[in-house]
Amino acid sequence: MAVKINLEKCIGCGSCVKACPFDAITIIDKKAIIGPKCTNCGSCVDACPAKVGAISVVEEDKKGEVDITLYHDVWVFMEQRDGVLANVSVELLGEGKRLAGEIGCKLAAVLCGDGVDNLVDEIFEYGADKVYYASAPELKSYNTDAYNKTIYEAILKYKPEVLLLGATHVGRDLGPCLAVQCGTGLTADCTKLDIDPEDKKLQQTRPAFGGNLMATILIPKHRPQMSTVRPGVMEKPVKVAGAKGELITLSTSFKDGDIRTKVLEIVKGLTEKVSLTDAKYIISGGHGLQSGEHTPEEGFELLKKLADRLGGVVGASRAAVDAGWIEHSHQVGQTGTTVKPTIYFACGISGAIQHLAGMQNSGYIVAINKNENAPIFDIADYGIVGDLYKVIPEILSVLG
Amino acid sequence: MKIIVCAKQVPDTNEVKIDPVKGTLIRDGVPSILNPDDANALEAALALKDRYPDTTISVVSMGPPQANYMLRECLAMGADEAYLLSSRAFGGADTCATSTTIAAGIRKIADYDIIFAGRQAIDGDTAQVGPQTAQRLGLPSVTYVQNIRELKQGSVIVERQLEDGYEVVEVQTPCVLTAVKELNTPRYMSVENIEEAYTKAITTWNEVDVNLKPEDCGLKASPTQILRSFAPAPKGKGKLLAGSIAEVSAQLVAELSELHVI
Repeated sequence: MAVKINLEKCIGCGSCVKACPFDAITIIDKKAIIGPKCTNCGSCVDACPAKVGAISVVEEDKKGEVDITLYHDVWVFMEQRDGVLANVSVELLGEGKRLAGEIGCKLAAVLCGDGVDNLVDEIFEYGADKVYYASAPELKSYNTDAYNKTIYEAILKYKPEVLLLGATHVGRDLGPCLAVQCGTGLTADCTKLDIDPEDKKLQQTRPAFGGNLMATILIPKHRPQMSTVRPGVMEKPVKVAGAKGELITLSTSFKDGDIRTKVLEIVKGLTEKVSLTDAKYIISGGHGLQSGEHTPEEGFELLKKLADRLGGVVGASRAAVDAGWIEHSHQVGQTGTTVKPTIYFACGISGAIQHLAGMQNSGYIVAINKNENAPIFDIADYGIVGDLYKVIPEILSVLG
Repeated sequence: MKIIVCAKQVPDTNEVKIDPVKGTLIRDGVPSILNPDDANALEAALALKDRYPDTTISVVSMGPPQANYMLRECLAMGADEAYLLSSRAFGGADTCATSTTIAAGIRKIADYDIIFAGRQAIDGDTAQVGPQTAQRLGLPSVTYVQNIRELKQGSVIVERQLEDGYEVVEVQTPCVLTAVKELNTPRYMSVENIEEAYTKAITTWNEVDVNLKPEDCGLKASPTQILRSFAPAPKGKGKLLAGSIAEVSAQLVAELSELHVI
């Protein structure tokens, strides 16, 4: 598809220039000209006044196409660390099952490891119809070259229609490499997946520009259609004890030069692991923790008290992390972790769009902020305008 | 040693606002900056040059002509030369097509030992172009590099950031490393370098210069297509609790208890 401007019809009004999210259109000699930043999003088509109707989306010539009818099934890459499945991979089995149902195909999982046979049964119990399993010492823990080669060969042989990966430090490393190998597209950090009821193609929705804009992306002519999906966005499926499926063993062989990186050591975080994605309660602090005579350290200690009382964890805004008040592992938002707790407490957080993008799907949002005009109040279920250093101790005393 | 740094000019997304009526981005007056992770990538290269002074650093970027300003900034930080891949044919590129173009530019620069890139750019947040460029060049890559431990003959030992720690990885050179902000603190431009930056040439290449056919570039070579873009739907406004601190606190706990969520 490509956006074309009919210069005979164009009156140079500039409506399209204002509408373009990518700053790609310029008016030259009273005519709109599309520049190299155009992504064919089509925002300008709707912006062009109806009586002018100078902009349209046209199909481009077809060439070098992949025969997409050869590709079947939805695949989920099962990330495992130390023989434990990543939460996001399990979430994707639930989502993959739904997508496979809408397409009318099977759900398959692809698992790499070294003797993690016990995970195969667990994956069937989470709803996979098939498991493609590669077991080798080289695959024990994640390695870009080894995983890339193994899964690429499986894709060539079994031709999946869709491949989903968690948007983790592993999935975001493997996905791009696989996409280039397969000559296909990859949409990063999706927060919503749909199947077009007409042509059964995957519609991938993701935030862009720090969450300021959402984009829905297609991979119309290449296969597999690949997405990485943010952890904590999709629902985990219910485990069906004793469920079985088809196990397909993948062959693995590595020769010298196939694996060019070597993991010498894996070091777990020295500080307590923050599991924001699993937390039922998140008490987050932002810029407002620095308030009068109170220091940010004092603020996070106070938030920790509330977190401990509720059995939750402490989160933070990008402002707090950038200021060096707390480690990045606590960061909630577009460039941090996407969270979906039962209750999210935003304390002294004004609510920048990139923060909202990471927590707006929380069950209930409680905002405590001195500034009654803070954008966080626009999405909060319960808002308290006040000093968090007074409000939180009071909440703690009410909770007893 | 020869180091190539991949950099991108991006709008400062902290400054981007949404038109609440039209649901489009307001970009008027939004400054363009060197992508933050790319500044860390450049700093990593400069730190190596501090240790090994016979190092040359080439910065490569794909973008419109105004990306020259960003490249000039890279030169003023201490890079030796800069290349801008700029052509109408590169327009509308997704990460897949961008990596083809960047890789073609790097092939033309040639003779590199290490290629640094930022982990991701703040306008797209995809983190794909770095590892994809490595794939196209047939090089190993390590993403999320938070520390460079040791430079050895034929390899480099780095720390790769994980969600709950890090792994120590030895990677054969030449290779692509993508930088996270924990890697270092980018230096400021120096007065001396700023003056010198204006004496250095920025080479601009189009698709012909880097031996690509127009159909291998930009939109035509992009497997992903944007179906539509829209502003995220705002959530309905909630309840603003009113009263003294004791009253609102009690009310909040009562409401949440009633919902059986605490």
